[in-house]
Amino acid sequence: MSQWVERHLKWVFTMPAVIFIVVMMAFPIMYTGYISLTEWSMSAVEPPKWVGLANYAKLLGSDVRFWKAVLRTFYFTGLALIFETLIGLALAMLLNRDFPGKNLVKTLFLLPMVATPVAIGMVWLLMFEPTIGYLNYLLGVLHLPAQSWIGAQSTALPSLALVDIWQWTPMMSLIMLAGLVSLPNDPYEAAEVDGATAWQTFRHITLPMLRPTIGVAVMLRSIDALKTFDIIYSMTQGGPNYSTETLNIYGYTLGFQYFSLGSASSLLVIFFAIVMGVVIFINWARRGVTA
Amino acid sequence: MNNRKENRYYQIGAFVLLAIFFVVFMFPFAWMIISSFKTQVDIMAMPPTWIFTPTFKNYTHVFEGQEFGWYIVNSFVVATLATLASLVLGLPAAYGIARSRMHSLGFTILVARIIPGITFLIPWFILFSKLGWIDTIQALVLAHMLVTMPFVVWVMIPFFEAIPSELVEAARVDGCTEQFAFMRVVLPISGPGIITASILAFIFSWNNFMFSVILTGAHTKTLPVAIFGFLSYSEVNWGGLMAAAVLITLPVLILALFTQRYIIRGLTAGAVKG
Repeated sequence: MSQWVERHLKWVFTMPAVIFIVVMMAFPIMYTGYISLTEWSMSAVEPPKWVGLANYAKLLGSDVRFWKAVLRTFYFTGLALIFETLIGLALAMLLNRDFPGKNLVKTLFLLPMVATPVAIGMVWLLMFEPTIGYLNYLLGVLHLPAQSWIGAQSTALPSLALVDIWQWTPMMSLIMLAGLVSLPNDPYEAAEVDGATAWQTFRHITLPMLRPTIGVAVMLRSIDALKTFDIIYSMTQGGPNYSTETLNIYGYTLGFQYFSLGSASSLLVIFFAIVMGVVIFINWARRGVTA
Repeated sequence: MNNRKENRYYQIGAFVLLAIFFVVFMFPFAWMIISSFKTQVDIMAMPPTWIFTPTFKNYTHVFEGQEFGWYIVNSFVVATLATLASLVLGLPAAYGIARSRMHSLGFTILVARIIPGITFLIPWFILFSKLGWIDTIQALVLAHMLVTMPFVVWVMIPFFEAIPSELVEAARVDGCTEQFAFMRVVLPISGPGIITASILAFIFSWNNFMFSVILTGAHTKTLPVAIFGFLSYSEVNWGGLMAAAVLITLPVLILALFTQRYIIRGLTAGAVKG
């Protein structure tokens, strides 16, 4: 027995996790794939009805709501990612210097990303409130027009992106800070000898050397940003008038509010393909830049 | 020389900029805590007040009916069980992957990060309904493990890889079996890695909303689902809402403050080499 264990060691160690993955992940994925080819409303008496690719054809061919959700997903992700990367980089540069209380400041910057998103969503609801919220008060102080924030179709999605930026910029900057700290010192000394300005040093030394780290940070963040659920669902549930309905929210609504499991499943399969495509694209872009 | 003076301005500018960022990023927390001690009238006041008579009414209101206490217990039990179970499955798996360099398996586990969570939710909901497991602790723990178990593996692989194999070989020469070497040699020196993985797994489970909102009911409601339910009242009781938000986030924030070293390491694991 122990001989056998010794010989098949790697499988003995990994087997429990593999079984969990097969039962809880691989099987559900295949099941979702199967359901996506049927029409079913989770009824006990009526089994799923085989419809082939009809759900996919309907979503891709004639469902305007689906295509709008695709666009919103990319809009939200793009908007959040641009600001998170830029502000994250700036913040990492600012934190990469010695000042008293540095450790405490770094620690406090952790808080937005570990705080419970739904609870944080409630706090932002209060701050976005058009009449009593702090943000409109601030706009008033600056003599800027008050906004409806998540209350109006045109501003709702950017407002949610703002919450995402608040939540995840610190994460981006901590990853970039870890990258900055690990950079070699020699190029900087050479630049100082050559009399390079701070901007030149940043542009021609820091940025190129940090690029791989930024690439990984962008990839990890975009995977999660595309799938954002907690903040959107807890604050707007996709409203007003579907203006914040991203793919994840639409899939959830189709599945658990309309109980139209076939359409929901086919949407999720397409959604997975999209996220995978983005990951492959970013990976390709990263390789291209390095090569 | 001019350069030195410029440098000084640059430093002051950097400090001011950092201070602005700091205030902006901390403001929501400050406003949440302040508002949780305000009456509805003070919250409605425009311009917003910073000086007011604090009230504890919001907090006592949250605990009225005793249900909120149960939500805290539910959240705590589910997060603890999901973390422990993830360690039991994830630690040996990560070790097996690290020792035998089965990186394809490691990659498979990471695909879990890419797949939208609702993809799993539909089959689970059907399965758990058939088993009568909707609104049970075990269904919720299993669902949360989908997030926490791959995460434990993802954090632990580099930790185990960094352990010199001579250490394990030495134990093996002394007649230890591989399982014994894992339990007695590898695990005791992996403390920091295990702490990192556990803290973050606990936080992810504590914060989870998407799986919980579908799989919980009256008996197993967790805190994120509970606070979302507060919104359905026709008039929002902002003070109560903020008090609930404080109670939900405070345990996580305190945990994060005391273990920040581990959290930074865990969240940036795999992103930066080393």
